[in-house]
Amino acid sequence: MSIFFATPNGLVPSSGRSAWINASIYDPSQGLSGVRGGILISDGRIEAIGAEVHSENLGSDVEVRDLGGAVLIPGLIDMRCHISEPGGESRETIASASRAAAAGGITSVVMMPDTDPAMDDVALIDLALRTSRETAITRILPSAATTRNFGGREMTEYGLMQAAGAVMLSQAGTTIMDAGVVRRSMTYAADFDMLYGHVSHDPHLAGGGVMNESVLSTRLGLPGMPREAELLPLERDLRLARLSKVRYHAEKISTEMSESAVARAKDEGLAVSAGVTINHLLLTEDDIGEYRTFFKLAPPLRSDEDRIALLSAVKSGTIDVICSAHNPQGVDRKRLPFEEATDGAIGLETLLAAGLELVHSDQLSLDDLVRAMANRPAKLLKLESGRLAPGANADFAVVDPDLKWTVNVGQLQSKSKNTCFEDREFRGRVIETVVGGRTVFSLHGNASAA
Amino acid sequence: MTDLENAHPRASDGPDKRFLHQHLLGIEGLSAPDIELLIERAEAAVELSKTRDRKAAPLHGRTQINLFFEASTRTQASFEIAGKRLGADVLNMAVASSSVKKGETLIDTAMTLNAMHPDILVIRHPSAGAAALLSQKVGCSVVNAGDGAHEHPTQALLDALTIKRHKGKIGGLVVAICGDVLHSRVARSNIILLTKMGAKVRLVGPSTLIPESAQELGVEVFSDMRLGLSGADVVMMLRLQRERMNAAFVPSVREYYRHFGLDDRSMRYAASDALVMHPGPMNRGVEISSDVADGPQSVIEEQVEMGVAVRMAVMQAVLEASDTRSGEPR
Repeated sequence: MSIFFATPNGLVPSSGRSAWINASIYDPSQGLSGVRGGILISDGRIEAIGAEVHSENLGSDVEVRDLGGAVLIPGLIDMRCHISEPGGESRETIASASRAAAAGGITSVVMMPDTDPAMDDVALIDLALRTSRETAITRILPSAATTRNFGGREMTEYGLMQAAGAVMLSQAGTTIMDAGVVRRSMTYAADFDMLYGHVSHDPHLAGGGVMNESVLSTRLGLPGMPREAELLPLERDLRLARLSKVRYHAEKISTEMSESAVARAKDEGLAVSAGVTINHLLLTEDDIGEYRTFFKLAPPLRSDEDRIALLSAVKSGTIDVICSAHNPQGVDRKRLPFEEATDGAIGLETLLAAGLELVHSDQLSLDDLVRAMANRPAKLLKLESGRLAPGANADFAVVDPDLKWTVNVGQLQSKSKNTCFEDREFRGRVIETVVGGRTVFSLHGNASAA
Repeated sequence: MTDLENAHPRASDGPDKRFLHQHLLGIEGLSAPDIELLIERAEAAVELSKTRDRKAAPLHGRTQINLFFEASTRTQASFEIAGKRLGADVLNMAVASSSVKKGETLIDTAMTLNAMHPDILVIRHPSAGAAALLSQKVGCSVVNAGDGAHEHPTQALLDALTIKRHKGKIGGLVVAICGDVLHSRVARSNIILLTKMGAKVRLVGPSTLIPESAQELGVEVFSDMRLGLSGADVVMMLRLQRERMNAAFVPSVREYYRHFGLDDRSMRYAASDALVMHPGPMNRGVEISSDVADGPQSVIEEQVEMGVAVRMAVMQAVLEASDTRSGEPR
């Protein structure tokens, strides 16, 4: 049987009633941790969930699928994904990204605004949503550029873009250096209760750094960037978040110092959240080895001490969200000397599998993963997905947690192949992904799909 | 001698009813009875302005200098007409285009003018506190016609007079001041005056244009126009300066108008008999629609008319206080 992908249908939810039964259900937001039961869907939304959904109490009008004990979790919500449509369709399109997401159990993707032209205007938000209706099989949630063309000076029209469907603000990969602009844009965003995403990177302090500043960077002869280049703008932002009362999201932090700063802000009671990429939970600067550019990321991979601190921050909830930071780049930008190569790696399709590796090695629990990849993103973005609750969108993933597979770059759905996990053997794989009650991906072909 | 004097309160109204301030630097520093007195006298001046033959000349022989460090056609004209209706000799100094450009400081200019013995100096200056500084250096009365983002007391008084003529009172009314409060001297003077007179003041605008800690001024702050206008008796719009529009404080005119512009749609949230006010000059289609600006609830033109009356009352009151003081032993 070949892998099945649904054809785009404008994300029209399924009609009628259907049920997936005999699953092992995990959703800590609903108090479900390995509960044997099923999920009943009605017109694209969850009607019932849990042990009470089984073959005996479902009417004859319900189409039933038996999952044979597989794990069922809420569809993942990836809060950070670069999709270069419009402007870089050779690297990724909304269609290809959504197929990669579906294959990875991701049902909602927050699209970074760094398209070309930038998503700093209502028309670009409209375009992204129209293109996703026509070509995507998962939900694509556009974010809006915080400043015009990421220039860090002029605010964009938050109110109008929010009304058009933008779910959050982001400067994509850049940091606003003018603190006055940060303050005013935060203050303005707070009026619209818009989540203010920002990465923190001080290019002056980072100098020409291309990796973490350490004995390794010295040994490799590569310019390093200190952890403080991430910390300083972050601490500035946290103070301004307190002043402006905005909901602030540090989109991807990478160090123990940054994590401590976020923890302190949370202790103060600020509406602050943080994300980390899956790469920074699995990999360290040592993986760079002999100048392997696919491990050149932003922020750079750090030490194992940082990685361990980040993991415990995910467990404690100091870090709210794990994202893929999917950043497709072609060989023309990656197969270069390390210093010249572009940052970033793809990650949609491997997000959950990489997370499960942390579960199998007892570094995180499956509940931790579901919280950080579904429950909390949904809450921050105020989505009707990301949890297995009656009334919510029927967005979920079916996972075989023990299925072994090897990442074969030729079979990845993304148009770009710059993965950190080439030829890596993972244990655990998504076998079915459902969006709005409709199966959009199935590893074992179309047999069970409507 | 004049109609204005007929409007003076009787002695039985109490000792507070004498205006004792020889300068008008701001609303701050005036008591509620001071404000009431000025409004009462301005009401009388309104009538005087309507008479065809304005012979009353209480300021006959006095010299008024309008010292404008910022161009302002409307305010300057209003002060000039007010002075002339009172019989004063009025001199306009367009300082923006004269000696200040040659490097003369505010104090130097003031001392030069002071040597010519004017009776009243009307000053408009881009810096907060300029009127107060001037008043310390000259021997005559000083009237603040706007200093930076600090105060514009005659505007607040004319707004109060306009409101009172329509609503019969100020105390208890809900007044929504909308727009660029941060940079507005009109808003500051109005906040002080209206709260002093017992009105409930709301500030409505994007948080980027509302000053920090505004709540501590005794007002309510809203960033949602619908909530801020809800049930308001008076809607006072502020001008959005061009230089604030381009993405520094608000991203664009269209977004500002959509969320904070006053039009038929947003007017529905205010009381059905709400007054619409604007200190001028208006940006039609930015903070206010033409329909509303020219509509039946608009008193914007009347504000201009009240401006002359208020300035007449103010100049006469400060000169009287000054004369009384100079007659007293020091």
